[in-house]
Amino acid sequence: MDVSNLVFVLVLTAAIWLFVRNMRKLRRNIQLGRPIGPRDRKAARWAHVLRLALGQSKMLAQPVPAVLHIIVYAGFVIINIEVVEILIDGVLGTHRVLAVLGPVYNFLIGGFECLALGVIAAVTIFWIRRNSLRLRRFWKPEMRGWPKRDANLILYFELLLMLAFLTMNAADRALQLRGFGHFKAVGSFPISGILVPFLQRGLTAEALLALERSAWWFHILGILAFLNYLYYSKHLHILLAFPNTWYAELGPQGRLDNLESVKAEVALMGNPQADPPVKPADSDEGVGLKFGASDVVDLNRLQLMNAYSCTECGRCSSVCPAHATGKELSPRKIVMDTRDRVEAVGRIIDTKGRFDGDGKQLLGDYISPAELWACTTCGACVEACPLGIDPLSIIIDLRRYLVMEQSAAPQGLNAMMAHVENNAAPWPFPQGDRLNWRTEGRVK
Amino acid sequence: MSDVLNVPTMASMAAAGKEPELLFWVGCAGSFDDRAKEITKAFVKILNHCGIGFAVLGTEERCTGDPAKRAGNEWLFQMQAFANIERLNAYGVKRIVCSCPHCFNTLKNEYPDLGGGYEVLHHTEFIDELLAAGRLQIEGQAYAGKCITFHDPCYLGRGNGVYEAPRQLIERLDAELTEMKRCKRQSFCCGAGGAQLFKEPEKGDRDVHIARTEQALEVKPDVIATGCPFCHIMMTDGVKHEERETEVGVFDLAELIARAADL
Repeated sequence: MDVSNLVFVLVLTAAIWLFVRNMRKLRRNIQLGRPIGPRDRKAARWAHVLRLALGQSKMLAQPVPAVLHIIVYAGFVIINIEVVEILIDGVLGTHRVLAVLGPVYNFLIGGFECLALGVIAAVTIFWIRRNSLRLRRFWKPEMRGWPKRDANLILYFELLLMLAFLTMNAADRALQLRGFGHFKAVGSFPISGILVPFLQRGLTAEALLALERSAWWFHILGILAFLNYLYYSKHLHILLAFPNTWYAELGPQGRLDNLESVKAEVALMGNPQADPPVKPADSDEGVGLKFGASDVVDLNRLQLMNAYSCTECGRCSSVCPAHATGKELSPRKIVMDTRDRVEAVGRIIDTKGRFDGDGKQLLGDYISPAELWACTTCGACVEACPLGIDPLSIIIDLRRYLVMEQSAAPQGLNAMMAHVENNAAPWPFPQGDRLNWRTEGRVK
Repeated sequence: MSDVLNVPTMASMAAAGKEPELLFWVGCAGSFDDRAKEITKAFVKILNHCGIGFAVLGTEERCTGDPAKRAGNEWLFQMQAFANIERLNAYGVKRIVCSCPHCFNTLKNEYPDLGGGYEVLHHTEFIDELLAAGRLQIEGQAYAGKCITFHDPCYLGRGNGVYEAPRQLIERLDAELTEMKRCKRQSFCCGAGGAQLFKEPEKGDRDVHIARTEQALEVKPDVIATGCPFCHIMMTDGVKHEERETEVGVFDLAELIARAADL
């Protein structure tokens, strides 16, 4: 061990410490939401995780990004095996410690290199789709500012990491060929090997060593930085995709939850023997009981996890009939607003230790009633989401607050609800006329 | 075929000490909307023709609460559900068929948790059963060779995964089923769901039902088939808006089957 190993251990510890801190904050913020019911059907849940998160089945609806994404995804997961070696080398001061695996090692390094090239190609095409071809779903109002920068930053991160990886290998190989120091001929370098002759010609052994070390450090520091970038980025989906699909509502998709608070009230009303205890005037029982959601703390933990899992890909909005016809609603914005709001609440807790209001709330300050009332509850957004996010459930909970707490429904809906209340149909026809069709227009 | 529809009510059946094998849940549109009443009658003709022992709730039927629930009024929804479940359970109902996917979804998925567990079918599933069992035969060629496109109602398709039954029916008609670009899981809403039918559309470039009608007209159909009275209203309006109502008909699958079977 020498100084560089010590530095490495310190950096690694700091990075892990920061990461753990961020994950704790993430958990705390998600737990600001209401608890969700017990999750049964474990086998179906694991199947859902395998299909959506691991298998990316819903990405297939759009084959081009699906193929590109699977390359980056496989690259990310598989090349990270290399990180194991980097970590061991970094801590112990060894060099390419896994080379003891022999031919397997050669196969692995060769495979990583091919994947790295694939990732570089895929990331480049992703960048072109986003910035040059300007695919419509990437250029909606909610994508202005940070979301757009975030998306590009991720691509730059991935590109640089892969370039560093290949540069490191090329310099290593060049040193191996010169029999320099501890650089034994190990690994196979189908991609970086192409660069080796250029390096051999132009650089001294010392320069090669410096290049190899810089690339090695850049690669690992980049990975640790990326790890800590996740919390602030839509890239958090690489972690949350798994719990998000595991905890998801398994359907049928047409089903909405029945509010427990209302169930209790209706049961009481329907029971002629009910004798609710008279509450003393100063009782605060029932105070704070709220129907629907006006802020993130009224949403449930799954909805908040949904918000943190969102990759802002916009598949939900591009299939939304309200969005397609120019209404204000964009399901992606609903989910992004939810994350922005829970983050804002989290920051207040960070500074003040608790959250007791900041004069803002999700409903109104982030999401407008016009957005909510444009929804046809068709479920296309839910179906489209590769991660099983349910923007519709958030819309419904906010509508519930508007209607049950504020009586702030659009006029047409107020009339409809009055009819349901008075004559048990959404139209102004008496219940006694329900069977008139039987005899109307009968051919005698 | 008799022009008189035989539509017993649950009350009359109960009074006679009989239990029907099936409850036909008519729904508000099927009871009150002039065009949707035709769908109701077509389905009853099929039930009568096949000798199905069914009954309706008639004047005892209430809104399932779907539009109230989706508008955000959970209270009003659960009140409707409470009254309906009391009634259904009192009659000992076990099997329900709905000609409206909204009623279908609500009864099937949202009532069990409130104490109302029934086997709930959509009418296209039920008609498909009748055809498969040979209880209903289509001899007429009313739609043979015609180009029919099917608009998947959201609460039938995406909501409950029923994609095949309606398509089976179109195949039985000997018609040519032409799919729209957006069909099945990717289907595009007619614009009526989530209680939108009962309100003015929010501000936008155009109406959802016009966009959907254009998608349907793109495949140059003779008939746009639906399985939902609300989709039916929206698509009919859309076709009129495009001034194509003389060439393109909008029909519910029950109507197409009843007509093809000469009922």
